[in-house]
Amino acid sequence: MIRLQGVHKSFGDQVVLDGLDITIPAGQITAVIGPSGEGKSVMLKHMIGLLQPDSGAVEVEGESITAASRARLNSIREKFGMLFQNAALFDSMNVFDNVAFPLREKTRLSKEEIRNRVMSALEDVGLKNVEHKYTDQLSGGMKKRVALARALLLNPKIILFDEPTTGLDPIIKKAIHQLIRDTHAKFGFTAVIVSHEIPDIFEVAQHVAMLYKGKILQYGTTDEILHSEHPVVRQFISGSLDGPIQMI
Amino acid sequence: MNQLIRYIGRKTIALMRELGRIGWFLIHALTTMVRSPGNPVYVLKQLEFIGAKSLFVIFLTAGFTGMVLGLQGYYTLTKFGSEGMLGTAVALSLVRELGPVLTALMVTGRAGSAITAEIGIMRISEQIDALETMALDPFKYLISPKLIAAMIALPLLCAIFDVVGIYGGWLVGVKLLGVNPGAYFYEMEKSVVWRDVYSGFIKSFSFGVIIAWIGCYKGYFAGHGAEGVSRATTESVVLTSVLILVWDYFLTSVLL
Repeated sequence: MIRLQGVHKSFGDQVVLDGLDITIPAGQITAVIGPSGEGKSVMLKHMIGLLQPDSGAVEVEGESITAASRARLNSIREKFGMLFQNAALFDSMNVFDNVAFPLREKTRLSKEEIRNRVMSALEDVGLKNVEHKYTDQLSGGMKKRVALARALLLNPKIILFDEPTTGLDPIIKKAIHQLIRDTHAKFGFTAVIVSHEIPDIFEVAQHVAMLYKGKILQYGTTDEILHSEHPVVRQFISGSLDGPIQMI
Repeated sequence: MNQLIRYIGRKTIALMRELGRIGWFLIHALTTMVRSPGNPVYVLKQLEFIGAKSLFVIFLTAGFTGMVLGLQGYYTLTKFGSEGMLGTAVALSLVRELGPVLTALMVTGRAGSAITAEIGIMRISEQIDALETMALDPFKYLISPKLIAAMIALPLLCAIFDVVGIYGGWLVGVKLLGVNPGAYFYEMEKSVVWRDVYSGFIKSFSFGVIIAWIGCYKGYFAGHGAEGVSRATTESVVLTSVLILVWDYFLTSVLL
C-alpha cells in the first residue's frame, strides 16, 4: 500500500501538488487521470522518492519515505519498478544490456542465468531478435516494452507506469494495456498507472483517481468514476470542451 | 532601494546555494569513490575516453607549444648570448607550467564538455532517475569512474605533453636554429629537478579532479531540454577553464 498525506509541492511560484491525499491499495491496479500539467508524474515521483514533498508524508507499506535515510530509501526502492514516460532506456547500451543491467548490478547470477532471464523477460513482453539492437533503432512501442521487461525483471511488488502508451498507435496501445493486465495477473504487483487513455484505461484499472488542481478530486472503482456525477470528472471523461475545465 | 536590496539578497542566496551544492557534489563524489569505486570496466572505458582518445590533440598541441617555446626562447636568449640555455627554458616552462595547464585545457575542451553533455542528456531523458528507481547510486555508476579516470589520465597525458613539447623545442632550436644539441639536453638535465616534475604532476592530478567534478556537476544539474544541456556544456567548459587557471596560481604559489 502507498499512502500520500497532505502532500504539497511547488516549483518556484507554481504550486503543483496542493495537499494531495491518496491511498493506493496493494495488489491492485490504480489509474491516475487528469488534465495535462496537473502534477500526475510529480505525484508518481513522490511515491518512489525521486522528489521530496515541501510538506506532507509519503508512506510505502507503512514506512515513511520522507523521513528515510538514503540507504533506507534505496532498500524501499528495491520494492519498486518504474516505467518512464519516454522509457528511459540507457542509450549507450543495447537492448540485452539494458534489461540485464539490474540483474548484473544487484544479483550474483551467472552469465548463463542472466541470459536466460533476459531472453525470457523479452519474450514475456512479445519481443524477439531485438537483443542486439540499440535503443535508437527501436520504435516507441518496442522501447516501452523493453522498459517494461527491465521493470519486471526483479519481480517488484509495486510498479509505477508513467503514461505507458502515450504517442503509440492504437494497436500497440491495446497490446501494452493487455501486457500490463496479463503481467499483473501473473505476478500480482501493485500498479499505479498515470494515463490519458480514456476510455481504454478503464478496462485495465480496478481503481481510478482524478487529479485536479493539485488534489485528488475523486477516487473510486472504475465503475464509480465512469458514472461520476462530478462535473469536472464528467467533462474530462467525455473530453468535452464545455465545462468547468477551461484549457483554452 | 528596497528592490535593489531584495535583488542583491536573492542573488547572494542563490550564489551561496549553488556554491554549497557544488561543494556537496565534490564531497559526495569523493566519498562514493573511496567507499565503492564501482566496476573497473567502467573506469577503463572512461580512461580510454578521457586519456587514450585525447592523445592526438595532446601530441599536436604539445608539439607546436614546444616549437613556439623554442622560437621565442631562442629569440630572447640570443639577446643575452645564452642560447645554450634553450633546453632549460623550454623544459622548465613545460614541466612546471604549460604542460599541466595546456593538457588540462585541451582535455576540458575535448572530454570535459562531452562528460557534461553525456550526463546532461541522461538527466533530461530520465536515465539517471531510472538508475535511482533501481536503487542504484548514480554517483557510483556515472561519477566515480569518470573521477578516477581523470585523476589517472591527466598526469599521464601531462607527461606525454612534456616529452613531446621538449622535442618540439629541440626540433626548432637544434635542427632549425642551430643550437648545440649537447647543450640543449645537458643544460636541461642540470637545471630540471625532480621537484619541478612532480609539482607538474600534482597540478595535473588536481586539474583532473576539477575537470571531472565540474563536468559531471554541470551535467547532473542540467536544465530542461536541449537548450539546458547546451547551456550546461558551455558553462562547464568556461567554469572548468577558469577554475584551472585560478587553482594553478594558488598551487604554484604553494609549490614554488
